[in-house]
Amino acid sequence: MNTFYFIAFLSVFFSILVISAKNPVHSILYLILTFFTFTIHYILLNAQFLAIVNFIVYMGAILVLFLYTLMLMNLNKDSEQPKSSLVKIAAVIGGGCFLITIIAAVKALAPSDYVVLKDTNLGLVKNLGKTLFNEYLLPFEVSSVLLLSAMVGAVLLATKDPKATA
Amino acid sequence: MELADIIVKFILVVIIFAISLVVAMYSTYAERKLAAFFQDRVGPNRAGPWGILQPLADGGKMFLKEEIIPTNASGFLFIVGPSLAIMTACIGSAVIPWGQKLVIGAHVIDLQVADINVGILYIFGVVSLGVYGIMIGGWASNNKYSLLGAIRAASQNISYEISMGLSIIALLLVTGTLSLREIAEQQHGWHWNVLYQPVGFILFLICAFAETNRSPFDLPECETELVGGYHTEYSSMKLGFYLFAEYINMFISSAVMVTLYWGAYNYPFMDTVAASVGPNAAVILGVVLMFAKIFLFIFFFMWVRWTIPRFRYDQLMDLGWKTLIPLAIANIVVTGIVITLINR
Repeated sequence: MNTFYFIAFLSVFFSILVISAKNPVHSILYLILTFFTFTIHYILLNAQFLAIVNFIVYMGAILVLFLYTLMLMNLNKDSEQPKSSLVKIAAVIGGGCFLITIIAAVKALAPSDYVVLKDTNLGLVKNLGKTLFNEYLLPFEVSSVLLLSAMVGAVLLATKDPKATA
Repeated sequence: MELADIIVKFILVVIIFAISLVVAMYSTYAERKLAAFFQDRVGPNRAGPWGILQPLADGGKMFLKEEIIPTNASGFLFIVGPSLAIMTACIGSAVIPWGQKLVIGAHVIDLQVADINVGILYIFGVVSLGVYGIMIGGWASNNKYSLLGAIRAASQNISYEISMGLSIIALLLVTGTLSLREIAEQQHGWHWNVLYQPVGFILFLICAFAETNRSPFDLPECETELVGGYHTEYSSMKLGFYLFAEYINMFISSAVMVTLYWGAYNYPFMDTVAASVGPNAAVILGVVLMFAKIFLFIFFFMWVRWTIPRFRYDQLMDLGWKTLIPLAIANIVVTGIVITLINR
């Protein structure tokens, strides 16, 4: 339990650093650390597969791409546009509304007892695969179609329009 | 876990760590000697007999060189870069089974640091983390050549990780497990996976070259275009760490290839050998043979480096996305069909 609180503290700490860092690249680096603490959370829950996939997909691929784009854009203080006060006011109102929603949601949440898993080895690859492909086959396949369509869309966006270039 | 087990594991970790460092050290020597051989030169031959102390001399030189941190570099990240590179290179060896279990009296010594049941995915995680060392270092240098090198490394790494993952999926269809220990055990005798997955192995090999940034895919440090690539601004031992990490990565990826495809510590007629010389001697022979296979792969890495010219960057991307990924997917489909037909 103490490990959990320590790691949870680290998660919150690093996520605050993500939004408070001045330099966007530092922000991403803190985000990487945040995701690393998530991986540790999964390991604490004995969800090995989820932990390692979170590690590979989020830390190893998605955040590398984030970092990659940020490095290409080369953002720094000089190139940053000064924001108009309208945008600032809108951001404050939006953030305030979000905070109220979150607080309301947390207050409405009935404090539940610990959920005791029947099978603590559910997170291991074999059990997870069996569950996914037996009980949740349809949602699993549908989400794969969703991913495929997203991929096709991305390729379509990236290819040049032959009419425009001609 | 008993205290004795913890001590044994600790000793094993230290030994593996030391072996990786020594292999990496002497890989630099072997690389220079082989380059000399391929180019009809003598190579390093001054430090000690046949220049055998050359890596020590190089290491000493690296430590004693002046430490330079560029004024406009972001200081902390400039140091984090090479540290991360060497750290990720060293942690990969934790899941590799180096041999069968040794039995000494009542003690069973497992020649593997951690037998986690997602072993392959762990290797993948470490590989995907490896690119951060290069990216952070390249960005923190505040130099456009370093940045270009870092960006190249990132896109190359991500592109080849996909085909590497797909080639592994076909292997997983054959083995049915993610644990490296079980995969090694299944290849008992001569049932090496390369016989069942030749295409998968070749794909994995090509991707391993790209992931370790070795020639012909060493575009991130392409000196004809980018001065020194991501380590242009680095000097002293920080540069040494980057170079060293490359050699450790080469060692680890060779070990992974041997484990996954070339029978790990297994060799033909191992049961006959075990029956005639005793089990422990056979296990040690297996470990020796595993290292022999690893060294053959390291030699292959070097052989290719001094034989094949570097790719152009667009060719590299074309090869990764338009050749390797479709091939890997076709390999998965064919493997799936064959397995279904056999099991029917």
